[in-house]
Amino acid sequence: MTTPHLLSTGDLSREEALGILDTASEMARVGDRSVKKLPTLRGLTVVNLFFEDSTRTRTSFELAAKRLSADVINFSAKGSSVSKGESLKDTALTLQAMGADGIVIRHAASGAARRLATWAQGCVVNAGDGTHEHPTQALLDAYTIRERLGRLEGVRVAIVGDILHSRVARSNVFLLATLGVEVTVVAPPTLLPGTVASWPCAVSYDLDEVLPKSDVVMMLRVQSERMDDAFFPTAREYSRRYGLDDERLTRLADHAIVMHPGPMIRGMEISARIADSARSTITDQVTNGVSVRMAVLYLLLGGSAGEGGTP
Amino acid sequence: MLEGPEITRALTRVAHEILERTKGGHDVTLLGIPTRGVPLAERLAARIEAVEGRTVPWGSLDITMYRDDLRLAPVRAVGPTRIPPEGVDGRLVVLVDDVLFSGRTVRAALDALHDLGRPRAVQLAALVDRGHRELPIRADYVGKNLPTSLRETVTVQLAELDGHDAVLIGPAPRRGADTTDAPGTSPDTPGVASGDLARGAKDSGAREVEE
Repeated sequence: MTTPHLLSTGDLSREEALGILDTASEMARVGDRSVKKLPTLRGLTVVNLFFEDSTRTRTSFELAAKRLSADVINFSAKGSSVSKGESLKDTALTLQAMGADGIVIRHAASGAARRLATWAQGCVVNAGDGTHEHPTQALLDAYTIRERLGRLEGVRVAIVGDILHSRVARSNVFLLATLGVEVTVVAPPTLLPGTVASWPCAVSYDLDEVLPKSDVVMMLRVQSERMDDAFFPTAREYSRRYGLDDERLTRLADHAIVMHPGPMIRGMEISARIADSARSTITDQVTNGVSVRMAVLYLLLGGSAGEGGTP
Repeated sequence: MLEGPEITRALTRVAHEILERTKGGHDVTLLGIPTRGVPLAERLAARIEAVEGRTVPWGSLDITMYRDDLRLAPVRAVGPTRIPPEGVDGRLVVLVDDVLFSGRTVRAALDALHDLGRPRAVQLAALVDRGHRELPIRADYVGKNLPTSLRETVTVQLAELDGHDAVLIGPAPRRGADTTDAPGTSPDTPGVASGDLARGAKDSGAREVEE
């Protein structure tokens, strides 16, 4: 990769993004072996710096780093000096002094990862910053689409739900557009950001109209914890217009797949039957997440200094 | 140094040697080391099949993640590892590479193989042995011994990847020059890396040297 960090999918060229996906598919084979470990990052230290709760992403990064033989330190804000008032910069400098080669950061503030990258000498991977971006999630989604449908170019993807608060949606729109995917975001007008017109995607307010024309339906979680206002009348109303229920499933093409970044609210965004059906890629996404994160860590940390490597 | 017909003859001889030394090659699996070891493994498998009338499993074994010099060069693209369905447990695995040089690639290949299973035995076939070993490793089958100076590069070109077969010797590029051809940036674009970095230029295109 041309930068020593992965902060936004908007920074990735088509070649870089495909390079990550191709590397991930080789990493996936490691997961099928009896010895699921490579010696590649032996001697390097990766810090998982999580200022927000997360099981899925943190575990996935931890497993990815361990499969590459890196040492992993998990740091959560709860019970750390952050709760005593230490700033992000001081935390970063402390980790630096301890010799962290790579820092995986999740933070509630949009832009925290980019800010950290200006202080830290190691590689910084954005594992979700506020409502801004979540690049490895978008990469694993693209990987899953390519794995299931065999291609990305020309695939039609509908991203449905809380676009406004979703870093997953933002990262996906930019990455998928780079990879030649036709993206439509579908949401109530109140859950679309004001900047959506400048995004490389189409916008619709009508899920039923978009479904028959989609190869992939990506349902998003309604991020009620980020909602400080009433964005839709009731959960029932939202579910009726933007939830994926069994009746709506019949409008989908036979080959179409249903994705969800998790954690999902069964019954509201997606019916339990669809979530557990063969069309759903939800567990594949989790599995692929490890391979994609292995690829990202390898490409950032596996080479020499100055070329996407460690100092 | 070698042209198409000579390479063909060398491979045919190696195929016969493999059959002779393995007494018919009943449990042989050929694993090529990317990039140019893979088409060589495929060619050897085809020759053995032509002689014995029976297919020989072959695949590819990428060693990028097992290199000991990863931190010395820009990040390398990972090549494919494809193990035939027979697996490697209990098989006689013949590793196939184009140029045998320092031996570090073979060392990495042995590590990679160890993580995949437990072969009955491991042998090594190289199209060209250019000497200058840095580890106690030797080839069991050699297409051509090519004594070289460390100031020279050996480039193998194969029809599958380069349009024609040839083995070329040239002067080593100036030390530190042209790192833009560094491996990993464009796996199959012909190019030559230099100096110590060249040691690891497994994936740079019409490859110089190296183990």
